[in-house]
Amino acid sequence: MREITMAAAIREALREEMRKDNEIYLLGEDIGAYGGAMGVTGDLFKEFPERVLDTPISECGIMGIAIGGAYSGMKMVPEIMYADFLSVCFDYLLNQVSKNRYMTGMQEGGKDACMVLRTPTGTGLRAAAQHSQCMEQFLIPIPGLKIVAPSTPYDAKGLLKAALRGNDPVVFLEHKMLYYTPGPVPEEDYIIPLGQADVKREGTDVTVIASQQMVNRSLAAAETLAKEGIQIEVVDPRCFNPLDMDTILKSVHKTKRVVLVNEASGTGNAVNEIYVRIMDEAFNELKAAPVKVCGPDTPIPFAPQLEDMWTRDENDIIEGIRKALK
Amino acid sequence: MTVSADVMKKLYGDMQLVRHFEGRLVDLVKQGLAPGSVHLGLGQEACMAGTCIHLSDEDTIGATHREHGVLLCRGVDPGRTMAEIFGRANGLCKGKGGSMHTCDLSKGCLGNNAILGIGQSIINGYTFANKVRKNGKVGVTMYGDGASNRGDIHEGMNFAAIWKLPTIFILQDNQYAMSTHISKSRSMSDETKRAEAYGIPAKRVDGNDVLAVMEAVGEAVERGRKGEGPSFIQLDTYRWRGHFEGDPNTYRTKAEIKDWMEHNDPIKRFEKVLLEQKVMTEAEMQAVSEEKKGIVDAAQKFAEGSEPSGAKEMYSDVYYHYEGSDK
Repeated sequence: MREITMAAAIREALREEMRKDNEIYLLGEDIGAYGGAMGVTGDLFKEFPERVLDTPISECGIMGIAIGGAYSGMKMVPEIMYADFLSVCFDYLLNQVSKNRYMTGMQEGGKDACMVLRTPTGTGLRAAAQHSQCMEQFLIPIPGLKIVAPSTPYDAKGLLKAALRGNDPVVFLEHKMLYYTPGPVPEEDYIIPLGQADVKREGTDVTVIASQQMVNRSLAAAETLAKEGIQIEVVDPRCFNPLDMDTILKSVHKTKRVVLVNEASGTGNAVNEIYVRIMDEAFNELKAAPVKVCGPDTPIPFAPQLEDMWTRDENDIIEGIRKALK
Repeated sequence: MTVSADVMKKLYGDMQLVRHFEGRLVDLVKQGLAPGSVHLGLGQEACMAGTCIHLSDEDTIGATHREHGVLLCRGVDPGRTMAEIFGRANGLCKGKGGSMHTCDLSKGCLGNNAILGIGQSIINGYTFANKVRKNGKVGVTMYGDGASNRGDIHEGMNFAAIWKLPTIFILQDNQYAMSTHISKSRSMSDETKRAEAYGIPAKRVDGNDVLAVMEAVGEAVERGRKGEGPSFIQLDTYRWRGHFEGDPNTYRTKAEIKDWMEHNDPIKRFEKVLLEQKVMTEAEMQAVSEEKKGIVDAAQKFAEGSEPSGAKEMYSDVYYHYEGSDK
């Protein structure tokens, strides 16, 4: 199968869906001729000059148009240049697009809310504390909002297409360090329904639940431990909401040991919710307490050696797995 | 501007309906039938009637938290509006919106956005859709002097101006943001300068003169329908009641309120015009008032007879599709 990067896979998903549906609009800062701060929209502007729209630096204004357009039945894809900036327009996620359908009681003319917000997330660019955060822990408690976080080009394309063919608001988190890693993506059309976790590696001894760049690091850890005869199963939820607890629990029932990995700071981390649900459903079967491998509770530092120290790596995950095996 | 007798009668009827409906709510809140915060627009009826007269069901209007009147002027069912205010299952929003968020999307009425300033940003999404679909429809967003200092409005105004969106920003300046007088919240009373700074044509009119409101909004709607971009209108008005029912009104004098009610009542002012221009007689106006009172009686009866909403309503309408396990 051919290999393309995640950035190319996302661009391809957008291009293919935009060719099929002429009411998909992209808007954001520098996404037109410049091609997006991360180069994701690329040359889409050339094919769709009226539908790839550069905006002023006005995240609230961007979200207002995206949401009102979605309520009008169009498919709106705002790009927020860095996930950290979601704080600037947080109300549009917390109080608006996630609640409108409920507050209006699903009236005719009020069912549409296809806003698919794309935003780059995570550490690795030496961009310091305000351009490096993973934001899912701030989003998952919001009822009505779907949260997608792919780890491969294949998943990114299929999930983005599913989001664009759905009718619910979605925040699509794209990890900066995964944008340019190639992976197999078929030429033919496919979608991955939201809410299906994926077992990235099968194993029998410990379940590692990880997302985005932590999936690759967990797979590397699994590879290393395999040499010692320890078989790790790596489960990528792919979506934090809807969360596929069936697949997660199936794995936990098998291994009875769990390590939860997420790049963001540990306090209030998105995996805490998975932790609680595992305890609710499988407490009596577990052979050890679940182990969390998350970022430190500090802002993300700038200096390369500090940022690398801050971001959990293969060795941190191995350490977590050994703890779970005790 | 020449206004037909039919249109003038419609404006008068709308204002009377709002007056009766909201007047009734004063009593219903006291009786405990209308829970939560109820914000009334008594005294601001001309702003609502003079705006809504121009709109069709395909246009969009988002109002302030004093919005019941906008719905009524747009022809929304008074019974289902009252049922929503009561929190009943057959309320417009199944009892999940309440007084502040009552809406009827089939009539283009978005209801109020309780996060001030945000509605003035989201309206641009509707008008963006109108623009690219080239349907000649407009979006009206009404807000108060309190919301007018929120940053989202300024991002929204700039967007509407640069993208030439058919958005009509209507500031109902009733002088008080809850308790804070405009003299404490902005350095100039004339807000048209703010809109003009974004390149938006702006007008300031007497918000208690329904014909003046109608004329100004009419020009703005026409500009929007022709694809000439956004407009801003400042309507100077005054709210008779407190910020919400129960507000002790400690920040202004009884004499000030009385003065506005006695000398600047938009309905009484319009009645004078109707008599002078021989559009309606006193008896005809009395008959309209009685008719509207009857509509409100029926709305109250409908709402009181409606079932309270329950678990079915609470757990529905969060997602369109929801895959995966229940949360």
